[in-house]
Amino acid sequence: MSSHAATAEIDHHHDPTTSTGIPNKKLLMWAFLASDCMFFGVLISTHLIYRLHPPAGGLDPKVIFSPELTSFSTFILLMSSLMMALAVTAIQKGNVKSCRWSLLTTIFFGMIFLGCQVYEFEHFVHDKKMTISNSLLGTTFYTLTGTHGCHVAIGVLWLALMYVRSFKPGAGSAQRSWFSGQIFHAATLIVVLLLALKVTLGLVHAIQVQPSLGGAMGLFMKEQVLWIGAMLLALWGCVWFARPRGPVHFGVANAIDVESMGLYWHFVDIVWIVIFTAVYLLEYL
Amino acid sequence: MDASANTAHLIKEEQVPAAPKFLAHPTAKTGLMSWLTTVDHKKIGFLYGFFALIFFLVGGFEALLIRTQLMVPNNNVLTAQQYNTLFTMHGTTMIFLAVMPLSSAFFNFIMPLQIGARDVAFPRLNAFSLWTFVAGAIILNIGWFLPADKYGAPDGAWVGYPPITSKTYNPKHAIDFWIMGLQLLGVASIAASLNFIVTIINMRAPGMTMMRLPVFVWMTLVTSFLIVLSFPAITIALVQLMMDRNFSTAFFEVSGGGMPILWQHLFWVFGHPEVYILILPAMGIISEILPTFSRKPLFGYPIVVFSGACIGFLGFAVWSHHMFTTGMGTVATAAFALATMAIAVPTGVKIFNWIGTLWGGHLMMRTPMLFALGFVWMFMMGGLSGIMHSAAPADAQQHDSYFVVAHFHYVLIGGSIFALLAGLHYWFPLMFGRKVSEGWGRLSFWTIFVGFNVTFFPMHFLGLNGMPRRTFTYDPNLGWNTANYIATMGAYLLGIGMFIYFAVLAYTYFKGEKVGRDYWDGRTLEWSLQNPPPEYNFAAIPTVHARDSWWYEKQNRAEIERERAEKAKAEEAHGGIHMPFGSIWPFVASMGLLVVAIGVTCFDSNPAPGIHAKLGLTLIGGVITFVGIYFWSLEGNEGYHLHLDKDGKPVEDHGHGH
Repeated sequence: MSSHAATAEIDHHHDPTTSTGIPNKKLLMWAFLASDCMFFGVLISTHLIYRLHPPAGGLDPKVIFSPELTSFSTFILLMSSLMMALAVTAIQKGNVKSCRWSLLTTIFFGMIFLGCQVYEFEHFVHDKKMTISNSLLGTTFYTLTGTHGCHVAIGVLWLALMYVRSFKPGAGSAQRSWFSGQIFHAATLIVVLLLALKVTLGLVHAIQVQPSLGGAMGLFMKEQVLWIGAMLLALWGCVWFARPRGPVHFGVANAIDVESMGLYWHFVDIVWIVIFTAVYLLEYL
Repeated sequence: MDASANTAHLIKEEQVPAAPKFLAHPTAKTGLMSWLTTVDHKKIGFLYGFFALIFFLVGGFEALLIRTQLMVPNNNVLTAQQYNTLFTMHGTTMIFLAVMPLSSAFFNFIMPLQIGARDVAFPRLNAFSLWTFVAGAIILNIGWFLPADKYGAPDGAWVGYPPITSKTYNPKHAIDFWIMGLQLLGVASIAASLNFIVTIINMRAPGMTMMRLPVFVWMTLVTSFLIVLSFPAITIALVQLMMDRNFSTAFFEVSGGGMPILWQHLFWVFGHPEVYILILPAMGIISEILPTFSRKPLFGYPIVVFSGACIGFLGFAVWSHHMFTTGMGTVATAAFALATMAIAVPTGVKIFNWIGTLWGGHLMMRTPMLFALGFVWMFMMGGLSGIMHSAAPADAQQHDSYFVVAHFHYVLIGGSIFALLAGLHYWFPLMFGRKVSEGWGRLSFWTIFVGFNVTFFPMHFLGLNGMPRRTFTYDPNLGWNTANYIATMGAYLLGIGMFIYFAVLAYTYFKGEKVGRDYWDGRTLEWSLQNPPPEYNFAAIPTVHARDSWWYEKQNRAEIERERAEKAKAEEAHGGIHMPFGSIWPFVASMGLLVVAIGVTCFDSNPAPGIHAKLGLTLIGGVITFVGIYFWSLEGNEGYHLHLDKDGKPVEDHGHGH
């Protein structure tokens, strides 16, 4: 398919090879999202049903939730959708470099959202004493938001692999083999993301524990210095893998791949808006 | 003309893969690897059918054991526990491992041929669906081979109501097998259905408008939408049950504030559309067979299509009629009763259309037609007892009695199974180029028909006389002895009929009479092909001019031949017939899911050593699946091209088989 990319102008809104003109991948994604709607529909319904029938002595969500943090992470996720849309536009115009930067920013925002969720879960379990098994609220809350978090994590992984894939050498490239390189590239990128998450959570922890800024920084450096080093090393690896090395295979013909991924990402974002409203905001009406 | 004669004229042209050796595209055309790596919808359809028939025989054997236990009062062939296991596995096997995959076999094999496509939209995803289905079937049945004290086969009924399936009352891993087995089958069904939806909407031949689609294709589309929209309900319900069992959550635990009734709602939000997932493909098959053997077009095509879609929509609005006795309140009960009565209307419309098709037709009473007529009659009887259930007060009397057992076996055997058996006979000459002997076919039909009615008709009386379902024995003084004895004898007769049917089918596969193209003088595109159909299906993609497109072609041969020749030329100019490469990675991804499921089900969460094995194996399986999917996407969607030699053109022969 992609070999024809250079020869013909691609119309991103009409695929002449299908009966309807809708590309197969896009139609598949739409149908899958319809199915995913039902998954989340059932989970949200379960939460709302048990909200209407709370057991005696159950936890009060208003005491547990922190709407400020969740509002922040919701906003970040919304912005990641903007970056995702920019990535699609960029690749439709054949601008691989701009597409890569938008993909990286989407990943960055997605990781911030995931970091907020990890922090939130830890905070609820340790400080607010709400676990998945000690209350019905915990049961429905962790299952619902956890399933959504898994969707975001899968999306981040998909974005990262798409970013790595954009470096596959194309016709006329001096690069002989790409196969092992891409696996290390992907692994390094994932290591950077995980270490960044760990280090950032460590920083937040240090600031919360130590009253003074100096003390906090001291604790942070003491606990995390090795991890920071490892992260910087991996980050350098990512930059090294991304060095310019001639023409790449990735191009306008891959716009449909990025767009299908974008549909998924936007959907996961929209689902979060519904969850944020139904699970968090509803409690403060 | 058979397929091997054509392949001699095929010149294969492959692109050189730039990836390392182990990523090279598999090219085996025979042997085990060709089956594991196939992406051909016909081979995948064949495998679906093969596995479905095996499990159909397993489920049938379970049914015979159940009937043997109930033959005489206070029988002790089975223990109560064995009986629980058998009726659970009988229901689960027949629904998920026999009827659904057999329908799927026809979706795979026939649907792309009927719309004039060379394959489904995503051939490798199709292979993934098949192998994930196999993995699910293995997990569901693995308990038979493990020690019964700790594992055992599932025994919580096919509806799996908590607290019967909760950890407190059912601590064995049997229920975990049931949960993970159904999860994998759900993944397989949803992936396959997404594929069918895209294929039907996007891969139709030029001129094949939606209102020219064969009714079987329409019913495939409606069924696929039902699967895609209803399976998530049971997937999440199963996740919640799994969380209850493994992580001490309280979704359905009364002690933690949970409500078991929620499971019933979620289960039936899936479970009722599932009933239509089982019957709509059957209705599609019947709508193909009746016109062919009446030698006239289907009566009221648009009405049949719209009623099918209407049944699909209404199917989502009637789930609570399975729960009339749970005390939902009068408003909910009345609303669901009305919706249930309403769904009888489009169903009845279909039956009248089938009768209208027969009316004034030139009927050919061949074996597929006998099964099809048997379907119309038996399904109607099952439907009538179904309408009796829709009245909530009457249902309160019939609920969980043998009356219900009689009802759904009339719909599922007299309905789904009869239609699938009809479809096997109908499409057998196309699939394998051989036909089942008419005499043996008729014998199997009449044995099955009589055996079926003798088994299940007495159950109406048993139910009305108060015999509850899922009971492993009964006292002799309850007045149920004679009917039970008759039903068991009928079941044996039904078993003999099924044995004759499948023995004859197997014999025909190897030794049956060879037949020519278009054996039944069919109406739809699949009959335009030689049998068995070549790998590429159509030498030139057909242009469709009318609803019964092959029938139209047979009436306008000169025009069609000119058109085909032009098309083949144009396609050759564009590089020939594009064929997808085979791939092992969908199989690898599915096997990873199998390892995940074994990890989740076979080990205890407590004490400590169990949890390590559980987590370890689950992670290993996850990595295998990820690797499978990663290499699958690395392969890309490249393929090779086939060229048909001018002399060996398969379109030259338009001869008829009789």
